[in-house]
Amino acid sequence: MKAKKNILIVGVGGQGTLLASVLLGNLALSRGFDVKLSEVHGMSQRGGSVVTHVKIDEDGVSSPLIEKGDADVIIAFEKLEAYRWLPYLREGGTMYVNTQSIVPMPVILGQAAYPEDIEGVLEKNAASLKSFDAHKIAEECGSVKAVNVVLLGAASNSMPFTDEEWYKVIEENVKPKFVELNKKAFKLGKEV
Amino acid sequence: MLGNEAFARGAYEAGVKVVSSYPGTPSTEVTETMAKYKDVHTEWAPNEKCGVEVAIGASVGGVRSLSTMKHVGLNVAADPFFTAAYTGVTGGAVILVADDNGCHSSQNEQDSRYYGKSAGVPVLEPADASECKDFMKKAYDLSEKYDTVVLMRSNTRISHSRGIVTIGEREEKEIIPYEKDVQKRVAMPAMARKLHVAQEERLKQIEADADKLGFNREEMNSTEIGIITSGICYQYVKEALPEASVLKMGMTNPLPKKMIEDFAAKVEKLYVIEEGDPFFEEQIRALGINLAGGKDMFTIQGEYSANMIKAAFGRPVPEHTAIEDAPGRPPLLCAGCPHRGLFHVLNKLNKTVMGDIGCYTLSALPPMAAIDSCLCMGASITMAHGFEMATGNCKDVVAVLGDSTFFHSGMTGLVNMFYNGSKGTVIILDNRITGMTGHQQNPASGKNAMGEEAPAIDIKALCQAIGIKNVVEVDPLDIEAVEKAVKEETAREELSVIITKRPCVMIVKQTGSPCEIGPDCKNCKQCMKIGCPAIEIRDGKPFIIKDSCIGCGLCSQVCKFDVIKTCRKEAN
Repeated sequence: MKAKKNILIVGVGGQGTLLASVLLGNLALSRGFDVKLSEVHGMSQRGGSVVTHVKIDEDGVSSPLIEKGDADVIIAFEKLEAYRWLPYLREGGTMYVNTQSIVPMPVILGQAAYPEDIEGVLEKNAASLKSFDAHKIAEECGSVKAVNVVLLGAASNSMPFTDEEWYKVIEENVKPKFVELNKKAFKLGKEV
Repeated sequence: MLGNEAFARGAYEAGVKVVSSYPGTPSTEVTETMAKYKDVHTEWAPNEKCGVEVAIGASVGGVRSLSTMKHVGLNVAADPFFTAAYTGVTGGAVILVADDNGCHSSQNEQDSRYYGKSAGVPVLEPADASECKDFMKKAYDLSEKYDTVVLMRSNTRISHSRGIVTIGEREEKEIIPYEKDVQKRVAMPAMARKLHVAQEERLKQIEADADKLGFNREEMNSTEIGIITSGICYQYVKEALPEASVLKMGMTNPLPKKMIEDFAAKVEKLYVIEEGDPFFEEQIRALGINLAGGKDMFTIQGEYSANMIKAAFGRPVPEHTAIEDAPGRPPLLCAGCPHRGLFHVLNKLNKTVMGDIGCYTLSALPPMAAIDSCLCMGASITMAHGFEMATGNCKDVVAVLGDSTFFHSGMTGLVNMFYNGSKGTVIILDNRITGMTGHQQNPASGKNAMGEEAPAIDIKALCQAIGIKNVVEVDPLDIEAVEKAVKEETAREELSVIITKRPCVMIVKQTGSPCEIGPDCKNCKQCMKIGCPAIEIRDGKPFIIKDSCIGCGLCSQVCKFDVIKTCRKEAN
């Protein structure tokens, strides 16, 4: 597999998207690839729409940003966010979507409509789509917070890293008492 | 390493001993990272002016020092910054400013490079995390060699992008023994006139040496297109136009005029691509150099991207799906946020609220929509005062600001209100932390930047010491008490301060069990009006998400039919 990947990780502030990108970034770095990550801190972290860009390239990365039509993989922690960021997926790209839905305030207040048939639009426009309830799997592993690692497990199928390398980066970046839980989350995610 | 961590690493390796800053997105992590280095004194100052002055004082004391801030923070620190540009340094001094092109977390998009030009100090603009470290380290040598403060300019994409950084050893610097030098350090008129001449001279010298300082670099490729660029735009240019020749400017004040003229002579068509204002474009045009394009091809507002540059040069950009109906997802106050109780009451009492800068600014959004203004740090108090002086109305308008903002720029405004006869009401949200920037300590926290115990300033006693008689404290999650306090204090024909006391929910974990809506819910949706992210509509009725609810009990207090079960913890 060619070691050039643009991976967009999207979700809702507080879902653990940042840790997922750091795990992925550190893993790519340990393999000697050039890696750039871009994230936004501050205001949007309070339950807003959040995105992290992860760019990996053997030949060097210039811009840290992934643009529309340029993501090989999108990992979406929430359904509406998958829909919002769909334009960033490249032709032939793969999308991993947690089917959990977090309704945004404008929809709750009736000021905006929740798009109909998100799944259908994703299905039609993403060359490859894997939608599943990562929240439920994380819960089964013992913590809903592991949803990020469940999704990474699933997305690992599109990436040039071995399971052993993934486990190692989990061990290096997760608190010891949560390592086993996260390894299990990764494995179950991968098998989806 | 995050760009901001790389800046900190560079400062550490340069032997920096004193850091004093006020947090501000996207600059905050630089000082947070410095606080982890045990051989550096790192502190959160109440505001950026204090931070810069501490750094200048440390430089006079003979050590290398740093102060970091966001772009609007430099406005606050502009006073010491401009004169420090005259007095120069003893130990190297760097002021780091992080701009926010695109307003990710700010109230404006000002271009801080003008400060460097206006004050007459060198401005450095790194283009990735690796350069953040290298430039920072070199900035201290530059500062000491030319006896000048250095302005390090970052922005959101530089500060918050991660890249590979090679770390080195810390260079231990001896303290430079203090020697009194009135001509250098006392900026009275007679001295200042001479200092200004000296400052001009050193800037000319830096310009003359620009090609040897290693910040600017020419990358020659095809000579058909030549681009002059800096910072994050350099990365976009490399991706969009890999065949173009580039003059990458790492030092954008003073401009390396000779390098620019030489580069211009080598290429057929010359363009300037810079985010923000046409800072060097105007200067380059003023040199009489003919540009094929600049701001006429790009915007001043917002961020650039590789695709934007490709499109401007007629290159193909990737096809993509169009999605136009995705509803927005604005950020919200956290579930259990103590601020929510106060804003609920202010809404109910229909008060005009002069707001301020902090998490609570989010209460301006629906469904709360409880804030009428947001200008700059501390402006809530002074604007409420101005409004009262204009209208004579002290009963329907209140000022609302957080504890950290109060220490930053609110105290002077409160003194002004008291001194100038206001009868208004100021509400200070005391959650013991600087919330929005990611929970930094402040003078009310009881901890310092390095996590050590520190005195926690008693805001009530402080207000009373000014001479204000009516200072009351309430628990913001006790709606009845808040309503009583707001009604009483706004009715009073005297200046009042209400302090809402409850720690930030992200810092002091609440252990109350989640609230639950009982089967008798009449579906009046009153509980939806507090804008809590833990309440959503399920099957047409309000529903409390157990994983999100921390049991603050606010919804149960606003429920008219008393069907929400709660077990709220007392404020601590």
